[in-house]
Amino acid sequence: MGSSLRQYFFDSPDAPAPRAVRLITVLVMAGLLAAFCWSVLASATSNWDAVWAYRAVFWKGWLLTIGISALALVTSVILAVAVALARRSTFLALRSVAQIYIEIFRGSPLLVLILFGYYGVANAIGADNRLLAGTLILSIFSSAYIAEMIRAGIESVGKTQLESARAIGLTTVQTYRCVIFPQAFRQTLPPLAGQLASLIKDSSLLSIIGLTEFTFAAGQVNSATYSTLESYFPLLIGYLVLTIPISFLSRQLEERFRYES
Amino acid sequence: MKVEFRHVTKTFGDHRVFDDLTGELTFDHVLALVGPSGGGKSTLLRLLAGLDVPDTGTLLVDGVAIPDRETDLRVYRRRIGVVFQAFNLFPHLTALENIILPLEKVHRIAHTDALRRAQDVLERFQLAAHARKHPAALSGGQRQRVAIARAIATRPDFLLLDEPTSALDPEMTGEVLDLIRELRDEGRSLILVTHEMGFARESADLVAFVAGGGVAEASAPDAFFGQPQRAETRRFLERVFRY
Repeated sequence: MGSSLRQYFFDSPDAPAPRAVRLITVLVMAGLLAAFCWSVLASATSNWDAVWAYRAVFWKGWLLTIGISALALVTSVILAVAVALARRSTFLALRSVAQIYIEIFRGSPLLVLILFGYYGVANAIGADNRLLAGTLILSIFSSAYIAEMIRAGIESVGKTQLESARAIGLTTVQTYRCVIFPQAFRQTLPPLAGQLASLIKDSSLLSIIGLTEFTFAAGQVNSATYSTLESYFPLLIGYLVLTIPISFLSRQLEERFRYES
Repeated sequence: MKVEFRHVTKTFGDHRVFDDLTGELTFDHVLALVGPSGGGKSTLLRLLAGLDVPDTGTLLVDGVAIPDRETDLRVYRRRIGVVFQAFNLFPHLTALENIILPLEKVHRIAHTDALRRAQDVLERFQLAAHARKHPAALSGGQRQRVAIARAIATRPDFLLLDEPTSALDPEMTGEVLDLIRELRDEGRSLILVTHEMGFARESADLVAFVAGGGVAEASAPDAFFGQPQRAETRRFLERVFRY
């Protein structure tokens, strides 16, 4: 009798709760937390109309954030493949450069990289396109992480696979293309989806160089309306709308590839 | 088929596997390499497969020297079918795709022809029902049979099998050995490293005992298992047949 009631409140491997129960619990708890936040903040929020008037600014900023993130993802994956391959090179000079690249860009705060990269490097070489410079800096930062994911993916492909590839007569390039990359890709996909979520969040720091993305837009609205909470609240929602589905996707990819191979 | 060794030396770190090995092995179709672990039989097979090169010396197959440069070796390997103990197949490809890959990429056969050839060989080995499965969905025996099918599909000059049944349970060992015997009956040349003495005795034309830095003894199966000449061969066979 106890067990039938138990399954509405507890979930463990040998006594799993029904799927619907888990889903409803998440929704109920989310609702309760929302109600709590509302009760705390309701008295302070009053100026929604002023913020609503600037919805186009939010919308444009949000779209730019998506654009920057998408572009930076593609660029960083391309950079990361090159760095990961260089990191595995037998040519020591190349391998060292890749190692230094990874350590420097993973070891520095993104904010510092943006400031140094834009006001330092980009200005010094006369490249003052904020969008390009910002996206590139974000891509480089992200590629250092992705390179290590790709390297781990490549190294997860067994030695016997390489031996088989050699035995059937594949060239090195063919071995990478037909044997290593497809398998490494499956390994890399789940963490890569997670990295995309980080990328979206990290892009908010580009507001520091005046790139009119989502966070910058919220700052503008705040200056115009003097309603801080109301201006930054859409920011929170706007980022979560992007990152939650991605973390969902990442988990599903992990599930899917776990049982294969 | 004839395999010759001329002053072959091969070391791994401090371990000298072959020390100035010279000699030749001539056999009709099937050569079985037997011997203790670490005795060098797998190394010998890898040298013949062109996957390793000797430190010094030359190996010849049917009078032709195996090259020692990687680019030439890659060309040489195309004419050989190799099957390892396990993990031969690529896990991200289906059985059919595994067979098609070398046909298309290495042998430059058009897709439709490669597909037909792969289907033919799967059908012949009673594997047609598994063509669209990934290796993870196949049994160990089926995997090895697909691996052999992949090796055969390229129409190699000869096959090299490195303990093809060592990772399998007895029932699956049987199905793989049956297949290898079929290949022998078709008149294919093959060299295999094996611990299956019964199979070596029944199916090989020549059995070679590889140990102690070279080929210690080689003779027809009846003589090899009936009257082994060397004391170390006798000791090895006694140990193997004790139970």
